[in-house]
Amino acid sequence: MSAADQQKPETLIDLRAEFAGAGLEAYLAELDHDLVGLKPVKSRIREIASLLLIERVRQRLGFTTETPTLHMSFTGNPGTGKTTVALRMAGILKALGFVRQGQLISVTRDDLVGQYIGHTAPKTKEILKKAIGGVLFIDEAYYLYRPDNERDYGQEAIEILLQVMENQREDLVVILAGYADRMDDFFSLNPGFRSRIAHHIDFPDYENDELLHISETMLKRQNYHLSDSARDAMNEYIKRRREQPYFSNARSIRNALDRARLRQAGRLMAHVGPVPAEALITIEAEDIFASRVFRGQPDSAGPSHV
Amino acid sequence: MRITQGCFSFLPDLTDVQISKQIQYCLDNNWAVSLEYTDDPHPRNTYWEMWGHPMFDIKDAKAIMGELNECRRMKDNYYIRMCAFDATHGWESLQMSFIVQRPAVEPGFMLSRQEAEGRNIRYETRSYAADKPEGQRYS
Repeated sequence: MSAADQQKPETLIDLRAEFAGAGLEAYLAELDHDLVGLKPVKSRIREIASLLLIERVRQRLGFTTETPTLHMSFTGNPGTGKTTVALRMAGILKALGFVRQGQLISVTRDDLVGQYIGHTAPKTKEILKKAIGGVLFIDEAYYLYRPDNERDYGQEAIEILLQVMENQREDLVVILAGYADRMDDFFSLNPGFRSRIAHHIDFPDYENDELLHISETMLKRQNYHLSDSARDAMNEYIKRRREQPYFSNARSIRNALDRARLRQAGRLMAHVGPVPAEALITIEAEDIFASRVFRGQPDSAGPSHV
Repeated sequence: MRITQGCFSFLPDLTDVQISKQIQYCLDNNWAVSLEYTDDPHPRNTYWEMWGHPMFDIKDAKAIMGELNECRRMKDNYYIRMCAFDATHGWESLQMSFIVQRPAVEPGFMLSRQEAEGRNIRYETRSYAADKPEGQRYS
């Protein structure tokens, strides 16, 4: 709709009302509330949301007709909440009407790249069809491109993606995610991607106290809690775990808690006689101190836990 | 003679916008949409050729319109219909089916009568188009 179509052209726009009308505040508040830390990410998302809101008003008033480029790249270490934020992003884009359905399709190289000649294009197109109307989240996007193998089928997937990112901007939003340094290499080798991505968001690592907060939230969701001594133990665990290889922020914490629950179950089963109901929901310090981290060994074996 | 099979077949042909809205309705109901084509419009010809697999896990009509346009391009003088399959337990069959493309000229059907024993009559309908081999019927 252009300004000429309207009976009375709007001259004053109540942005607050626009903001409330889109239901954006609920999404942003939820983001603030549900995600611990990540201050820079949250402020970037607020900025992007404001930009999109203004863009929407501009479109309505006929100041612009182009669909803005919304493709993004999320960089950061594993377990820093990239997928979770992408999910919220899809909600925000849906609320503002920049995607029609708002589903998030999360894929990796395996989902896009085929095994033999002629397999890649249909596979990539199949995924793109599912993502139309929503957000396509490509985790560890740099694996798409293998510079050492010029006959790698990843290149074919990249070409299809680039074409869709350019020509079907109003149909889907692509978010590329991965480690910061490897994404930089990927972008420098594929300048087509860099120029098509409007927003780069960097996810910082969590602080120790944030990880402790996260661990308590995770446990609470499963109806467990840490005893006071266990909280101190967890604090110590986080400090030590961070120094070790394959540390992946919140994901390491989740794995550690899963193992602590395992040990708690073993401890309770070994106990002779009845146990109080309270014991079933309490993680004690010994459940955490039993971890290999406190013996100077890696807690989780190998990259399969990364 | 315009053949009338499936939903909306007594209405004028749906526009792409209308088709798109119908598809979105199907998708919003979690039905899997599929495309089928044929050049043999006999009413008893229930099994048409499938254009690819039924499209599960699709959220937006635009993706299906893309497939439809591809199918129209390759099968320009065929009947194409859009089917919506409902996988809900106990239903597990089509909820909706409608024609989205028909050949430019539809010659219709011949009704032939066969005299059988005792002055009985057996009726048969034959599409005039079906006299030609498959693939050349409407070209």
